[in-house]
Amino acid sequence: MQQVLMALVPGTLAMTWFFGWGVLVNVLLGVLFAVAFEAAMVAARKRPVMATLADNSAIVTGWLFALAIPPLAPFWVTLIGIAFAIIVAKHLYGGLGYNPFNPAMVGYVVVLVSFPREMALWPAPSTLPESPLTLLQTLQTVLTGSLPGAQAWDAVTRATPLDAMREGLVSGRTVGEITASPLFGSFTETGWEWVGNFFLLGGLYLLFRRIIHWHIPVAVILGVAIPAGFFWLLDPDSFASPAFHVFSGAVIIGAFFIATDPVSASTTPLGRILYGAGIGVLIFVIRTWGGYPDAVAFAVLLMNMVAPTLDHLTRPRIFGRTRGGPPPGDDRA
Amino acid sequence: MNPTLTDIIRDGLWNNNPGLVQLLGLCPLLAISGTMVNAIGLGIATTLTLLLSNVLVSLIRRHARPEIRIPVYVLIIASIVTAIELAMNAWFHGLFLILGIFIPLIVTNCAIIGRAEAFASRNSVPRAALDGLMMGLGFTGVLIALGALREVLGQGTLMDNAHLLFGEWGHAMTIQIYPSEHGFLLALLPPGAFMAMGLLIAAKNWIDQHTATEPEPAADESRAEASETT
Repeated sequence: MQQVLMALVPGTLAMTWFFGWGVLVNVLLGVLFAVAFEAAMVAARKRPVMATLADNSAIVTGWLFALAIPPLAPFWVTLIGIAFAIIVAKHLYGGLGYNPFNPAMVGYVVVLVSFPREMALWPAPSTLPESPLTLLQTLQTVLTGSLPGAQAWDAVTRATPLDAMREGLVSGRTVGEITASPLFGSFTETGWEWVGNFFLLGGLYLLFRRIIHWHIPVAVILGVAIPAGFFWLLDPDSFASPAFHVFSGAVIIGAFFIATDPVSASTTPLGRILYGAGIGVLIFVIRTWGGYPDAVAFAVLLMNMVAPTLDHLTRPRIFGRTRGGPPPGDDRA
Repeated sequence: MNPTLTDIIRDGLWNNNPGLVQLLGLCPLLAISGTMVNAIGLGIATTLTLLLSNVLVSLIRRHARPEIRIPVYVLIIASIVTAIELAMNAWFHGLFLILGIFIPLIVTNCAIIGRAEAFASRNSVPRAALDGLMMGLGFTGVLIALGALREVLGQGTLMDNAHLLFGEWGHAMTIQIYPSEHGFLLALLPPGAFMAMGLLIAAKNWIDQHTATEPEPAADESRAEASETT
């Protein structure tokens, strides 16, 4: 888990660079709340507290949750989301290793469904001319839920690229017109693609250190890119390009850090590929025809439900036996 | 076989509660518990139906042939529900519009036919009446608990729309606990109903575990019978 935390650092720093201090404040709050709830729940279940906290899984959950929510979201959003993630999604199911769903994503979906207004407070990337909030102003915003001074939310926040694309397409404009706006860089909005690149860096580090296997990230990205490419080739005016889909929103961080959660993901090689591809296709489908602009959390949770079945159906052949042969210990073969 | 009156009361309200233990009638329970007033309205209607159907079924228990007893019970329950529906339409029209299809659907509430079959068809009229009343109150209690929980979490109020049930002075009964724009929307949505229900059942089991001193009444027959009729 320490390696995962290290791998999250470059992407988090990139997000802080583009979206302001709120990212760091949220990560700090998220980790703090997650460790506190974890300790409380472990103590309530009469397990050794320090030994359990030492696995650092609560820190990863809190950190991933904090990266998923908007940097200017008020603190109680983090509190409620983390409470759900740690108490309901993790410990009511038996704690680390027993949770069928990814805790960070359960927490995120709970706040996403419950607080649509607060979950839309994405600040403009700092490459834009508006003056970004200072550290103190950010703290004040996160703790009180209102902006300092006479600033208006509309001046500070703006639609994410996925929001912009969705709104644009709904109001009848073509993809070309939407991406012609100066906010868009080569693939997607300028800030977002760099954040994606830095998470990619952390993900490659995890691959290199063999913390995660290549199956899930590759399958997720191809699962998004292939259907996106197919529809883009059919009608490039009403479907965004595969590069836009891969580098927008949470696909990169989802592919490398969220979908690869060893507890809730599939564990056989073929199962991992199917699991990742399912997440990728669901992301594309929900983004394109669903009710929410981004869909990584929904896709991960839906595939979490399927993971045990995938594991069951894709059990590899036992060495030295034929597929469907007698189980080990049976010497009739 | 012959439970005492205290047993009947305790079974209905707690030990064999239709909502928390038998898990009967979950559809209206989950769908209508969005606010406390809706919950009370449906709870009263269900309690009345249970009471009347138990009395009527108990009255005819020696005359209804066993081969056709279920259709007869359903006919009785349907007539009672129709009467209650018309009464609510006349006197609580606003509430009637909100509860909508769930009033006629009381007919299909397994808790009611379950009590008719498991209890009223083999007990005397006063005992059946007491059982119907207690089961109804137990169901209403769960409805109200669930409704209060979801209403407070979801929109920050208690007893919103109380005027639909209590007339004009009901406006004064609405309690605003925190500003509604920060409502926890999930609690009002269907998944929130399931989660809150799960938490209530967990709380009941927890209380039972921590107060378990006296042994359970031997061979809880009505529970076994009720589960057969679901």
